[in-house]
Formats: sequence, structure tokens, C-alpha cells
Amino acid sequence: MAHGDVKHDYHLVNPSPWPLLGSIGALFLAVGGVVLMRGVGEGFFLAKGQWTLFLIGAAIMTITCIGWWGDVIKESRAGDHTPVVDIGLRYGMILFIASEVMFFVAWFWVFFEMVIFHDNRSSWIIAGDPEAMAAWANWPPPHVETFDPFQLPLMNTLILLLSGTTVTWAHHALQQDDRKGATLGLLLTVLLGLAFTYVQFGVEYPEAGFAFGNAGEVASANVYGASFFMATGFHGAHVIIGTIFLAVCLLRLISGGFSAKKHFGLEAAAWYWHFVDVVWLFLFTFVYVTPYLTMQGN
Amino acid sequence: MSHHDAAHAGGAHDAHGDHRPSIYDPRRWLFSTNHKDIGTMYLVFAIIAGLIGGAMSGLIRWELKEPGITFLPHLVHVPHAILEQVRLGVMNADQLWAWKVDAAKHFYDTLVTYHGLIMIFFMVMPAMIGGFGNWFVPLMIGAPDMAFPRMNNISFWLLPVSFTLAMISFLVPGAGDHAGFGGGWTLYAPLSTNWGGGATPFSYHDGPAMDFLILSLHIAGASSILGAINFITTIFNMRAPGMTLHRMPLFVWSMLVTVWLLVLSLPVLAGALTMLLTDRNFHTNFFNPAGGGDPVMYQHLFWFFGHPEVYILILPGFGMVSQIVSTFSRKPVFGYLGMAYAMVSIGLIGFVVWAHHMYTVGMGLDLEAYFIAATMVIAVPTGIKIFSWIATMWGGSIDFKVPMLWAIGFIFLFTVGGVTGVVLANSGVDTSFHDTYYVVAHFHYVLSLGAVFAIFGGFFYWIPKMSGYRYNGFLAGLQFWIMFIGVNIVFFPQHFLGAQGMPRRHVDYNEAYQYWNNISTIGYLITAVGVLVFLVTLVEMFLVKRKAGANPWGEGANTLEWSLSSPPPFHQFNELPVIKPEAGH
Ligand code: HEM
Ligand SMILES: [Cu+2]
Repeated sequence: MAHGDVKHDYHLVNPSPWPLLGSIGALFLAVGGVVLMRGVGEGFFLAKGQWTLFLIGAAIMTITCIGWWGDVIKESRAGDHTPVVDIGLRYGMILFIASEVMFFVAWFWVFFEMVIFHDNRSSWIIAGDPEAMAAWANWPPPHVETFDPFQLPLMNTLILLLSGTTVTWAHHALQQDDRKGATLGLLLTVLLGLAFTYVQFGVEYPEAGFAFGNAGEVASANVYGASFFMATGFHGAHVIIGTIFLAVCLLRLISGGFSAKKHFGLEAAAWYWHFVDVVWLFLFTFVYVTPYLTMQGN
Repeated sequence: MSHHDAAHAGGAHDAHGDHRPSIYDPRRWLFSTNHKDIGTMYLVFAIIAGLIGGAMSGLIRWELKEPGITFLPHLVHVPHAILEQVRLGVMNADQLWAWKVDAAKHFYDTLVTYHGLIMIFFMVMPAMIGGFGNWFVPLMIGAPDMAFPRMNNISFWLLPVSFTLAMISFLVPGAGDHAGFGGGWTLYAPLSTNWGGGATPFSYHDGPAMDFLILSLHIAGASSILGAINFITTIFNMRAPGMTLHRMPLFVWSMLVTVWLLVLSLPVLAGALTMLLTDRNFHTNFFNPAGGGDPVMYQHLFWFFGHPEVYILILPGFGMVSQIVSTFSRKPVFGYLGMAYAMVSIGLIGFVVWAHHMYTVGMGLDLEAYFIAATMVIAVPTGIKIFSWIATMWGGSIDFKVPMLWAIGFIFLFTVGGVTGVVLANSGVDTSFHDTYYVVAHFHYVLSLGAVFAIFGGFFYWIPKMSGYRYNGFLAGLQFWIMFIGVNIVFFPQHFLGAQGMPRRHVDYNEAYQYWNNISTIGYLITAVGVLVFLVTLVEMFLVKRKAGANPWGEGANTLEWSLSSPPPFHQFNELPVIKPEAGH
């Protein structure tokens, strides 16, 4: 977009209110979150369980996202995304996904640590805590009824894998300037994403044979339930985020956005979707199948 | 090293057509998308946070001056209910004092905790990465700005938000009536947990303070991850023509390694913090043995982040010291490639040594042996760096300007900290030294006398460039000598205290430790005078306004930033500089 004296192709962004607004939103979300979970005082704003501050934060965040990414789309249309800027956006997205991968490492860590070392732990001598010994003695712990991975989870695996192919279809169609094909592919991907979410949260979770928190008698088995729900739950949240991302791309496509040459938003959404897909394959293997087979072997 | 020749820089083009908004225009700062303005905001933020964190350490040292709990009880906040009891005569003066002493114990613990967190997350990181990184990475690689200028701004603004949350956390109830979280900057479970559901009969920190702290660190982490993505993209994608990776100044190399560590380690901390949050609020048992979890798992997750983090705190300092030493020795850095790849290998190995912080958890001999060996290996690239700095100075015509004093101080004192690190790496020795003042001495030698020295060095090296003014050499030199003496008096005796077995993070101590504690507190006073002289130097510099030319350091300063005016134009490099390979390289 070189203009005036500027003789390079980088994008010098104009001053923007969104970062400051988003930060204020984060402050409200955080304070509101603590109010919601624990309460820090009395009354409408501060008492435990009050949603006010949290919702204000969420509203500010939503406005920020719409305003910020809206600006990005405008700038892209204005030609600010030169080839070198486009490469930068790609680096940015890949690195963001890399950081997300490391976030999941933390959740997998719990599983691997317990699979490999629960036995070591149960042979430690901790005077007077037989409860802890019992909890560590087996993995998956007693009282845990794992899912049969070859039923709903397998179906969800197939749903996600299929959605991986439909999003690739959409991408390739757009590259050939086949906008109808692209729209159809994206629509299918979004629907498959919704199907996955429904099956996971709507059908599978209510049937779990273990609890998220230590509700009474299954306390000793809790780390399994907690890590199962947090790992698969965070994955599920990422599926929802990815679905929204893809849906926004679908809307942009229908309203005439993207071209056969330039459609990084769609590519980024597709990358994100594949990342979500790969995380699921790991979850399926190590959280569903392996513990199940171990139990069968017991 | 940048092998560039000032004549090719195109600084002359830049001054022309440059629209610099007024510094009194709030929008310039609030909505900024300019890497230099954002860098300046980071530096101001870091100075403010540093003063607050420094004040906390003053309270710590003052309490530790004498054995007994004598000073902090005067400062604790007495809740209304207690005052009422005193008024009604239910509580007499002695009982009130006893209550205050009890409260002072927790207050001391919170001071240690927030001091550490503030210095790490709100002083060193913002100064080095946010401040100097933002200012000089684009300048040194010949780029007009960062890759994502708007995202750069949210990286900054999330920090005051995070800091606000930390301060809220400091003031709201943490443990029972007592305000703040007192479990140390590492936030170890079970000190940081609060198990509901009756699985455990007690909880250490049941108040909302810990929850605020968790969210504070989540947000600081988000800020750093976004910043790191920005730096990697900038360095990979926006180097000027001819600025190959192997011609990049070592400061840029150091930032590149640092931000990779951030991207890969911070999300793991985010996971651990989230587990703490659900353990506290949603009855999970990640770190509760009675529910099948384990507090030791928290330590693993934390240190998988924590050890890379300590290198995050020092690597930019390595980079700055390299620039300074080369400038004032008027020689290119000895073994440039070795220096760059030493940092890369420190970064890589830094990911596989974390459990040297956990030798006493009972992980078993095989694991200990592995972590000892891996930790010792890091001393090799660290040694490469130290010897290369010395070799750079060797035979150079050294100019002992203030930045060089800080750099030499850094090399000297960081080495002391590195050596005690190697001592601690031996699990047999560490079984005695762990959680004693020996560890405190170790990490203050690498941080307060390492990282902070590097920050001061970088500050005086670049302040003429950033502000356009020269500092008063006498005042700045005075500050260096006062602080050099002060911090050594604070921290060197702590080696002795640790060797004598004085545990860290305790408000009171046996009288046997009085002598060296007294000395250490005197050292604090000297250091505080040094900080005052620093503030005076700053004020004097901006009042007197001695103009600094484009390059106040002469031929030794040959990286790109010195080819620009001081301060540089609002948007530099409208025409990209072309870097030519220098003869002989
Ligand atoms: C030669 C390199 C180094 C080695 C071998 C080393 C080794 C160690 C070991 C074994 C410990 C654990 C001591 C204990 O808790 O018992 C430790 C603690 C620590 N080190 Fe280092 N270290 C080195 C360099 C550094 C550097 C460069 C920094 C930061 C700039 C650093 C910062 C710290 C901190 C902050 C702690 C204490 C953490 C805590 O428990 O709060 N170290 N170091
Ligand atoms: Cu370490």
C-alpha cells in the first residue's frame, strides 16, 4: 500500500481503540469471574454468583472482537495485506496454534503422569493416608466406568475426520473459483462441527460413569473424571470456537468476500480446524481407547 | 552482528515527512500502534512496578534486620471487628499485639510472594522484552515497525490490567481474615488450593486473593504470548534486505530465543493455573492426593514453565550485554555464531531440566541423576558466553562508559550466580541447600545482579537514542558504584546464611543468623540510595536536555539504530536499508 514517501510493503496500522477496550473487557471478565465463583463482597455487583460484572466484560469483549476483526477485514479489502503482510499473518496463526498445542500438553500431562507413575506413587510411604494410596493404586481408578470408545467417541472421531475433508473441499473449491462448492463445503463443515458438539455435550457427557468434581463416594476416583472433563471439555470449547470461525468465513463467502487468490481468513480457519482435529485424535487414543483397553485387560 | 555501514542507512530520508504526534495527545498513547511509543510505555510501567516491588523488599529486609517479629506488626491492617473488641475492653493491649504479630506472619509471606511476582512479571519481563525488545528489535533488523502493531498495543495494555488484579489480590482476604496470598511466587499446591467438598479438613488460602492472582497471571501470560508471536513474526518476516539470520545483532537473537521459550512454556503454566482454579472452585482434585491427584504434579507443571522462565528473564540481558561489550571494546563480538547458538542451545536444554527445582520431592534416584546431568550441561553454553565476552574485551580499547560498567558488573556477578547454580544442580548438595538462603542468594545473583544489571546497562546504552538526551555521566556512574556495592552487601552474606541452614520465606529466625542478616539489611539501604540516584539522574537528564547526536558512542556502535536520528523518526525506514556483508566475515 506504499503511499507518499513510504517505499515498503509493510502494514503500518492506524491507531486503534480496540486493544485498550479489550483490556478493559479482560479486567471486567476477571473480576466478574472471581465474583461469580467466590464473591468478594455484598450486593448486586460483588456477591457470590452475581453475573453483572462478568457479563459486562463479555459484552465489551464481544464488541472488541467484532470491531477489531472488522477493521482487519476492511484493511484487507483496502489492499493493506500485501504479500509480505500475508506471510506475516500466516506466521502469526501458526504460532498461535503452537501455543494452543502447548496448552493441551498441560492437560495430557496429567494423563501420562498418572498412566506411567501412578504405581510409583502408590508405593510411597505416606503415613496415615490410605485414601491417597487407594486412589493411586490403579489407573483408571476404581469406581470409574470409562466410555466404550468404539461407540459414541468413534462416531465423533468419524464426524471430525469427515469435517476435515469437507473444509479441504471448500478450500480447494474456492481456489478454483467455484464459490458454490466452497459454500457447500463450508456449510457442511459447520454442520458437522455442530453435530460433534451436540454429540459430545448433549449425549456423551450426561452418560459419563464418573464425576467432574468429587461428589461424595467417587472422590477417590476424581482425578480421572476431572482430567477427562477438562481435557475433552477444552477440546470441545475449541471445536465451538472453530465452528464460529468457520461460520464467520461462511458468511463472508456468501456476502461476496474472499477471492480465488486471497482468502487467508478461510485458510486460518481451516488450519485451526485441523489442529482441533489432531487434538481429538490424541484424546481418542490416550483418553478413550487406552484406558478402556487397560480396563479390559484387568 | 549487523555488518552495516552507516552511509547506507537512509536516515536522511526518514526525518523528512515524519508526523510525530504531541506527547500530550492521550490518543497517541492509549491507541498506540507505534513500536517505540509502546516500548516507552512498557519501560515506564516497569519502572513503576520495580519501585513497588522494591519497596516490598525493603519491608522484608527491615523485618529481617533483627530476630523476632518486631517491625511488620506495626504495619498490618487491623479489621474493624478487632478494634471494636479493643474498644470494649475484651482485648487488652498485649492481646492486640499478639493478634498483630500473628497477622504480620501472613503479611510477611505475602510480601515475599508479591515481591517475586512483581519483579518477574511486571518489572524484568516488561523492561527487557516489552521495553527494549519493542524499541530495538525493529530498529536493529531494519524494519519500520512490529509485524502486528495493534496486537502489540494489547500486549501492553493487558499488563496494567494484570497488575491491577495482582494488587486487588494483595488487598482482599487470602487466608481467613488475612489479606493476600502468602504461598510464594511458585503458587505451590496445597498452599494455593482450597478443596471444597470435604476431601480435606483444612485449606490454606480460602479467600478470593488466590483466585485474583490466578487470573492476573493468566492475563499476564496472554500478554506475553501475544507479544512473543509478534516478535517471532517480526524477526522472521521483516528483516531488511541483506539482514540474514546470521547477520542479526545478538540482541535480536536473544529476543528470538526468549520469545520462543515464552510461546512454548507459558501455555503449560496456563494449564496448571486453570487446574488450580478448578481445584479451588469446582471441586476437582488435580493436586489433592485424596482424590487421586498429587501436589507434586503441580510442581512438575509449574517448573516445566518455571525453568524456561528464568532463562526468559536472563537471555535478553545476554543480548544487551553483547551489544554493549562490543560497542565499548570497539570490536565485533568474539565468536558471533557461537554466541548465537549458545543461546539457542540454552533455550532448548532449558526445557528438559525443570525437576532440579524439585530434588526433595522424592522422585527417585534415576530421575535425579538425569536432571543433575542435564542441568550441568547448561553450564557449557553459559560458559561459552562468559568466555566470549571476555575474549571480546581482550585486547580491545575499552571505553568505561556507564553502560560498560553495568555490563562488566553483569559478567562478573552473573558468573557468581551461575557457579552457585552448578552447586545447586547436585541433588545431594541441594537436599541441604534447598529452600535455604543459599538458593535466594543464587537466584538474586543471576537476577538482581544479573538481569537487573543488564537492564540498567541497556537503559544507559540506549537512553540517548530513545530520548535524544545524554545522561549525566557522573550521576549515572555514582549510581552504578553505589548499587554495585549495595546489592553485593545484600546478597553475598545470604550464601553464608544458607550454608548455615537459614530457611527462606520465614518471618523470624534463630539469633545465630543475626549478624549476616543485619549486614544484608544495611546493604539494602545502600541499594535504595542507588535507586534514588537513578531517579535523580533521570529527572536531571530530562531537565537539562543535553542533546545526544545520532551516535554518541562512536565507531563501536555499528548496529542500525545508531544510523538514525536520536530520537528516531516516528516511522523509520520508509525506505528499507540494505545490509551488505562486511569484508572478512
Ligand atoms: C548455570 C546455570 C544455572 C544452574 C545450574 C541453576 C541451577 C538451579 C537450581 C538447581 C535451583 C534449585 C535450587 C533449589 O530450589 O533448591 C535453582 C533455583 C533458581 N534459579 Fe537457577 N540455575 C542456573 C541459572 C539461573 C539463571 C540464569 C536464572 C535466572 C536468571 C536462575 C534463576 C533461578 C531462580 C529464580 C531459582 C529459584 C526458584 C525458586 O525456588 O523460587 N538460575 N537454580
Ligand atoms: Cu531451573
